[in-house]
Amino acid sequence: MSEHHDSVHENHAHEHHGDELPHADFKSYMVGFILSVILTAIPFWIVMGGVFETSSTTALVILGFAAVQIVVHMIYFLHMNFQSEGGWNMLALIFTAVMVFITLAGSLWVMYHLNVNMMPGMMEAIHGP
Amino acid sequence: MWKRNGHGYSRTMVDTTHTQQAQGQPLQFYETEEHHPQTGTMLGFWLYLMSDCLIFASLFATYGVLGRSYAGGPTGAELFDLPLVAMNTALLLLSSITYGFAMLEMQKNRVRGTIGWLLITGLFGIGFLSLELYEFAHLIHEGAGPQTSAFLTSFFALVGTHGLHVFFGIVWLVTLCFQLRKHGLIPENKRRVACLSMFWHFLDVVWIGVFTFVYLMGVLV
Repeated sequence: MSEHHDSVHENHAHEHHGDELPHADFKSYMVGFILSVILTAIPFWIVMGGVFETSSTTALVILGFAAVQIVVHMIYFLHMNFQSEGGWNMLALIFTAVMVFITLAGSLWVMYHLNVNMMPGMMEAIHGP
Repeated sequence: MWKRNGHGYSRTMVDTTHTQQAQGQPLQFYETEEHHPQTGTMLGFWLYLMSDCLIFASLFATYGVLGRSYAGGPTGAELFDLPLVAMNTALLLLSSITYGFAMLEMQKNRVRGTIGWLLITGLFGIGFLSLELYEFAHLIHEGAGPQTSAFLTSFFALVGTHGLHVFFGIVWLVTLCFQLRKHGLIPENKRRVACLSMFWHFLDVVWIGVFTFVYLMGVLV
């Protein structure tokens, strides 16, 4: 279905705009919007209503919702797919996602261990009592 | 075949074919443009957004590292007003869908509708910025300015950078409305509207990270 749609769009793209503008339709915007509202409301409800006992569970769950909502925005609002710009859009996105992951995970990991190892108790362990 | 080229090209192609016919030369049917990305602007703008993404990644990382270093000052749980953040989130999400409507009007070649939805988007953006500035002023007034603790420094840096992006998005949007009124939906303006659409939706994506990572996780003890 989507392959057929894309090929039709490609054939007519030059007639319509003369530029490689993304194709959008009302339905996809509404689906994206409704999904976003749901995916935003649930995390706010979880945190403000105190649904989970432990904060680590809450953090993991709301991070999961954020990840899903980012994907929803990418698909329905930014019209990301593997075809646009011959796949270069997606390649750049994947590269950026890897860089973002390394930046975030690396910073948190390194600085956490640095903090732990700089604890006053550590000095005693090195020099002895 | 030449009819299939972009608007800007077809006119010149018509002229050349007429002169060619007048000179008795055979019509030439060949593609004068690359079939693939014609201008590359959309791809280039996407690459800019990805580099912007890295700026936000480093700011998020900074906040992730320093976000619990209160230096004896107030914590996120004490400062953040979640209903206000929810309101801000709603405004930005609404501005995303209204921008989508502007894109749909543009596809139907309606200038007035495009400008109208763009202006509504801009109003939501201004609402978002006003609430954010109110929040910042409130925090600074309470003595929780950026110089108070590492947590607040990284908070103001991250949220402020996002707000600055929204501000420049609004400046761009207003400029574009004047362009649209003056020149209509010419291919250049369509391209600009499409670029701003990517920028605007991208800011909403960053905001998902901000309200989750900073505000919602900030109030967790």
